[in-house]
Amino acid sequence: MMPDTTMPATPMQALAACDLKTQDLTSFAAFVAQCQQALAADCRLISLFGRSALPNEPAGVIVTAVLLPPGQSPRVLRGHATPGQSYPSLTARFPAAQIFERELWEQTGLVPEGHPWLKPVRFEGARQGQMGSYPFFKVRGAEVHEVGVGPIHAGVIEPGHFRFMCHGEQVQHLEIQLGYQHRGVEALLLKKAPERLTPLVESIVGDSAVAYAWAFSNALEYLAHQSVGLATLTSRAVGLELERLAMHLATLNGLATDIAYLQAAATYGRLRTAIINASQRACGNRFGRGWIRPGAAVPIGDTLRQDLLATLRAFLPDFQQVNGLMQSSRSARARFQGVGSVSLQAARDLGLTGVVARASGLSLDLRHALPGSVYGRHPLPPITQASGDCWARMCQRMQEAQSSTHWLLDRLADPALRLGDEPDPHAPQTQPFNWTLQANALCISLVEGVRGPVMLALETDANGRLVHAKVQDPSSANWFGLAFALRKQQISDFPICNKSFDLSYCGNDL
Amino acid sequence: MFQTLAVRKAQGTQYIADLRAARPAGFRGKPLIADTACAPNCRACTEACPTDAIVLNPAGADAVAIDLGACVMCGDCAPVCPSQKFSFNNDVKLCATSREGLVVTAARPNIDPVQVSAALKGRFGRSLKLRSVSAGGCNGCEMEVNAWGNVNFDIGRYGIDMVASPRHADGLVLTGPISRNMMTALHIAWEAMPEPKLVIAVGACAISGGVFAQSDALNRDFLDTFKPALYVPGCPAHPLTFISGIMDLLGI
Repeated sequence: MMPDTTMPATPMQALAACDLKTQDLTSFAAFVAQCQQALAADCRLISLFGRSALPNEPAGVIVTAVLLPPGQSPRVLRGHATPGQSYPSLTARFPAAQIFERELWEQTGLVPEGHPWLKPVRFEGARQGQMGSYPFFKVRGAEVHEVGVGPIHAGVIEPGHFRFMCHGEQVQHLEIQLGYQHRGVEALLLKKAPERLTPLVESIVGDSAVAYAWAFSNALEYLAHQSVGLATLTSRAVGLELERLAMHLATLNGLATDIAYLQAAATYGRLRTAIINASQRACGNRFGRGWIRPGAAVPIGDTLRQDLLATLRAFLPDFQQVNGLMQSSRSARARFQGVGSVSLQAARDLGLTGVVARASGLSLDLRHALPGSVYGRHPLPPITQASGDCWARMCQRMQEAQSSTHWLLDRLADPALRLGDEPDPHAPQTQPFNWTLQANALCISLVEGVRGPVMLALETDANGRLVHAKVQDPSSANWFGLAFALRKQQISDFPICNKSFDLSYCGNDL
Repeated sequence: MFQTLAVRKAQGTQYIADLRAARPAGFRGKPLIADTACAPNCRACTEACPTDAIVLNPAGADAVAIDLGACVMCGDCAPVCPSQKFSFNNDVKLCATSREGLVVTAARPNIDPVQVSAALKGRFGRSLKLRSVSAGGCNGCEMEVNAWGNVNFDIGRYGIDMVASPRHADGLVLTGPISRNMMTALHIAWEAMPEPKLVIAVGACAISGGVFAQSDALNRDFLDTFKPALYVPGCPAHPLTFISGIMDLLGI
């Protein structure tokens, strides 16, 4: 019987779990066939990963696929492959699988036969330090030239290598080589006791600390059979929406900077400072570190609630005003419109996700698909754009940030909320979290972070110890979208395309 | 035109006039260790600390020490301590010029103030150009480094700027724990910088490896050869921590 466990709760939770004791592993061929069928039935591939078999399991690789069927809870497929086994690549028919198959190959050695682009994702394991050996695609011919940029870039930004293959002024293809930020996160998650892990989880992608901490806490609470109340969940959502707001402001600041619109850049920078300083007053840190711990969240008492309300009420009119200025600027429009376009069809085929996919018209947001109790009670309106260009991604961020602000104002002003009741992660412990985890279990937890779905999968052995951790950042799927957006553009269009995507390097590199 | 003026009016004046006096509200910064006795054989704080920043020395007079070079100021030691020894305040003056100088105890609650370096003040006191290299950073410190020059902190007023090329740089701002995959690029950037030059280690990752210290995907040999002139603790390092440290070091 295939393990296919879904959570019965309504509204649907962004969580899937398997009791591995009651499970028979399917053969790898059957597993691949099930993936094919699911993808053909319009399921989205959230993650595809493997781990070496444990001593009590048959030798080889245990593979897991996490799929999101339309309108349903996540589905988990599990199978067993022999070492180095090859299989017909899913990518040939479903390009959205390309990055996942590459990652599976890099991490486990399973070979997708016929994969058109089988290259390292992040140079991990035995490939560490071999950044010079990346097999770049080559273009040849008269008037063809290549331009390489990075890993270190002109600004203060994470490292990555970009190679533009050009014919004259036109970019035929951009190839992106990542992995420079590889810190061995997944292995580290198994080296420390769960009690000590949250600060590490908050550092996987430092600008998405709240989303990661929430995903981790959700999984741990499931595995430890402990639940948190609505007040704690609401506090977490307040932290997450403030993080989303701050990061959208950072991107808008960057977009304005990249077209030398200094007034808008300075204004977005100032507005972001107000939001991250409010997060700091709430949890002690401008990036939301410490807001969430397993079983706990920052208590939003009346003083903090009034503080956040005053901050957001002062923020909103100024934010709308500068958005109006940016959108009515003809030079901004001329620079952003029609540049870096990704069509709806391309976004769907490439498996783009999160804010980037929504800017191309794909209505995908876990806050709607798997809202859980907070977003289920208080939904945010779905927001999409049609044109899929840099302008659309800019407008998408403005509208999402505005929507989050209204949502926060409504939540914080709601007199029925009793946000002061949740456990404070920094108060002396009265009822400590019980860190004993369920044995032989796999829990997959999802949170819609600023860039899209953040996934953490944690698996325990017969003693309740963590034996495998998989992290999936939405950036991994979207980096190819950036490469695609640059086709037929000029190299000078790269900064605004890159900033409008605003993907995470460390989230891909782990 | 009117819209532009309206946005300008709303922007007002944002710069922090006195950066030395500024204290960020709510910031969980410097750890304070109360001078109370530990419960016998208790190791609750070291078991909660994600970075082994807390060192216990039960026999000594000063039983608990925190290494700010490793501390990520997560505060997770505070709720688990039965003697309630730990609290944090919003002090940002946490920089030191030596790795050993970053340790605080109950008897030594403050980091020694950064002394003016006559050599650095003479060379760079009126102009310091810095090149950032993120070597495994999580984008937390990188975003805070970007904030140094924003309308609030505006370190450009002191002649301190981030530059695009290492050829133009006097100093290398290192963030991240130095991944093996980034090690070569870091060395190339450093070698491209003209003498005299200095390294500034920003954030717990750069100083000690931080939460990634136990990873085998790092290679931190660079710091064995090139000692930072300034250590800037934090996770991420608060802009005011860097600013107070560099102003003291350069005698600004």
